[in-house]
Amino acid sequence: MDIDVIIQLLDSTMRLSTPLLLACLAGLFSERAGIFDIGLEGKMLGAAFMAGAVAAVTGSAWIGLLAGVGTSLFLALIHGFASITLKGNQLISGVAINFFASGMTALIGQNWFRQGGQTPALRGDARFQSLDWPGASALADVPLIGPIYSDLISGHNLLVYVAFLAVPATWWVLYRTRFGLRLRAVGENPGAVDTAGVSVIRLRYSAVLICGLLCGVAGAYLSLGTSAAGFVKDMTAGKGFIALAALIFAKWKPWNALWACLLFGLLEAIGNKYQNIDFFGLFIVPVQFMQALPYILTVVILAGFVGKAIPPKAGGVPYTKER
Amino acid sequence: MSDVTDTTLQGRAAAPAPVAPAIELTGISKSFGPVQANKDISLTVAKGAIHGIVGENGAGKSTLMSILYGFYHADSGDIRINGDLKHITGSQDAIDAGIGMVHQHFMLVQPFTVLENVVLGAEDGALLKPSLAKARGILQDLAHEYELEVDPDAIVGDLSVGLQQRVEILKALYRQAEILILDEPTGVLTPAEADHLFRILRNLKDQGKTIILITHKLREIMAVTDTVSVMRRGEMTATVPTAETNPSALAELMVGRRVLLRVDKTPAQPGETIMSVRDLDVRANGVAKLKSISLDLKAGEILGVAGVAGNGQSELLEVLGGTRAAQGGEVRFRGDPIDITPSANSAKRRRRGIGHVPEDRHRKGLVMPFKTWENTNFGYHNAEQFRGPMGLANQAAMMEDARGKIERFDIRPPDPYLKAANFSGGNQQKIVLAREIEANPDVLLVGQPTRGVDIGAIEFIHQQIVALRDAGKAILLVSVELEEILGLSDRVIVMFDGTISGERITSETNEQELGLLMAGVDPNSEQSA
Repeated sequence: MDIDVIIQLLDSTMRLSTPLLLACLAGLFSERAGIFDIGLEGKMLGAAFMAGAVAAVTGSAWIGLLAGVGTSLFLALIHGFASITLKGNQLISGVAINFFASGMTALIGQNWFRQGGQTPALRGDARFQSLDWPGASALADVPLIGPIYSDLISGHNLLVYVAFLAVPATWWVLYRTRFGLRLRAVGENPGAVDTAGVSVIRLRYSAVLICGLLCGVAGAYLSLGTSAAGFVKDMTAGKGFIALAALIFAKWKPWNALWACLLFGLLEAIGNKYQNIDFFGLFIVPVQFMQALPYILTVVILAGFVGKAIPPKAGGVPYTKER
Repeated sequence: MSDVTDTTLQGRAAAPAPVAPAIELTGISKSFGPVQANKDISLTVAKGAIHGIVGENGAGKSTLMSILYGFYHADSGDIRINGDLKHITGSQDAIDAGIGMVHQHFMLVQPFTVLENVVLGAEDGALLKPSLAKARGILQDLAHEYELEVDPDAIVGDLSVGLQQRVEILKALYRQAEILILDEPTGVLTPAEADHLFRILRNLKDQGKTIILITHKLREIMAVTDTVSVMRRGEMTATVPTAETNPSALAELMVGRRVLLRVDKTPAQPGETIMSVRDLDVRANGVAKLKSISLDLKAGEILGVAGVAGNGQSELLEVLGGTRAAQGGEVRFRGDPIDITPSANSAKRRRRGIGHVPEDRHRKGLVMPFKTWENTNFGYHNAEQFRGPMGLANQAAMMEDARGKIERFDIRPPDPYLKAANFSGGNQQKIVLAREIEANPDVLLVGQPTRGVDIGAIEFIHQQIVALRDAGKAILLVSVELEEILGLSDRVIVMFDGTISGERITSETNEQELGLLMAGVDPNSEQSA
């Protein structure tokens, strides 16, 4: 395989990993605090729609981003209210949010723009444009380093960099700050946090809101930062669930989440790039199989074939004082 | 305390006003729905004293302490700490007032280090590093001062329960608690660990700390407290200096009637061997849990299995009960081999006459959300008398059976429709015992029969077990309560690290000897000196 193909593949791996990574870290904050969230998908979808719609109307990607994040935060608050304040079932609340987002985005989209649930195609400032790093074009012709720098490192839009920088940031918050210590504690034993005089409810709401924020960015990236250039009905296509699988695969750890999401991104990139793969002339791997690979891996991971992942102990359980 | 010659105390004593009590509760009441957990409770705890609070489960001890620690809010009443009226609305208020609490179920984060657990909630700033460094220093000082050594970098989940409890005490001391509340602290400890704890408590007392000890073990009250308060049905029935009372008087105050603290039984008349175990091997996750265990169980005797929790007793009980497979060895019941492979079936075993009272009644002995009349026949529900037409269950027969068991075992409240979860620990245990004993087994395997059970109910449960023995049945009793083993069993084997470290006739041994065997030391063998 020649170097340009590899660079190309890795380049699209980065783009395809971005929404997964943001959603995965979103889930990490929530689940580490003990709130299971299968509504990542719905939050992303809601954010993708509002970001695309508002950007189309205002012509500004930034206002679109704000609208997307706002939508995701709103959905996160519903999940928080249901699972923290009302002590409801977190899975059901998550499922409800997914259905709600899927239905509402199509309904509102159709009524608003009358383009079959899509938003109008975004152009110019309504999208996040790729950023060219200094010297990228000058270095482009240098062998090896040139393509790595100008194609792989440079030339992505802002949200891609945000996603990758969110990994060390998450790690730092989780393991180096007071907030992170308490957040991890509340997902393991909320009683320990409560008896230490810290509010379990406030901590869990903070975690759920951070989750909403990151999902919002992930959704906005889909409609404002990819070649889709706008919202397409059900455009998340299970990315929220793949992110959830990646989170389990990563054993709820930030750096592992990076590698897990890159793996899923790579599989998707391979599926997109190669149509039918001829396997040494023996048989032909059909394109459908290649495209199904990320989903197959998701099933394999969720079925527990890849090592044993121990979730945060208090995950999914609403906190009630004894009695 | 007249012999205290500490100058500061003398100085205080010389002042005209008496020292304000560390804690003064007046008129505390608290209801949970229709249940009044605390009724107009007043309690005064002197500064620098170890004050015991005893009472049966559900007497309201934990509720009272939870109110003091800000976990619940009292419906009425005042709390004064060192003479000042305090409004405690949350744990933080209690911590600020100098109160620390060691909960019965430890409030620790298992995957965290000791250090992280100690600083959690008491960090100095938004960043962890300085807090952890400071805590490390303070922890060292505390460890030194109070015999509270723990490796600050150890993962709490890897520590023994005794050490975890130390971490809980350190947490309170790190928050500069002057008043320390311990809720049933010795329930999970070995005798040696409990002794160490009491040394720590006396040490803390010598440093002027005030300690409240909640327990149902009267021996501990007598050993370590200065004053003792008794609670019954939400009320404070008495507060007396420990030196002026004795265990049977306290038991009477707790239960409201005279209680027999010693098990009343005649010497055993052991008959033929009913069950024999040979070279039993059990491994779990690659770790050997039972290493070539052999024992004989005879009709008409209670064989006690003593040991610190986790030395293989649970596995032994589970293999014999048919809920765990063994990897080697054989078990015979009346001479016939019993299936101990993964296909073992505890229902089949029950039909052959091997009853089983599991150690964990919540998870294995009962189905908590199910009603009494269902729980009183589980495992025997296929028996002839419960079969109705067309292979359906005969509910009327089951109900009839349940009412009989409720009456004979004095299960309270006597309501066959009440969920198992809504009974007290003692009555839950009676449901399990009624089911297993009334099936008239030849062998009864009993695990922790009185864990979390009231004194009054303990007496009853022990009587039932002795009666079964006197009827010529064989009983295998697994208990971590050494007192129970000594009081109830006729013969005792001690388990250590998956082996039997010793066997004794109960009447010819004592707590010290068994305690050594529990630690794997055989006082009779010469190498072990």
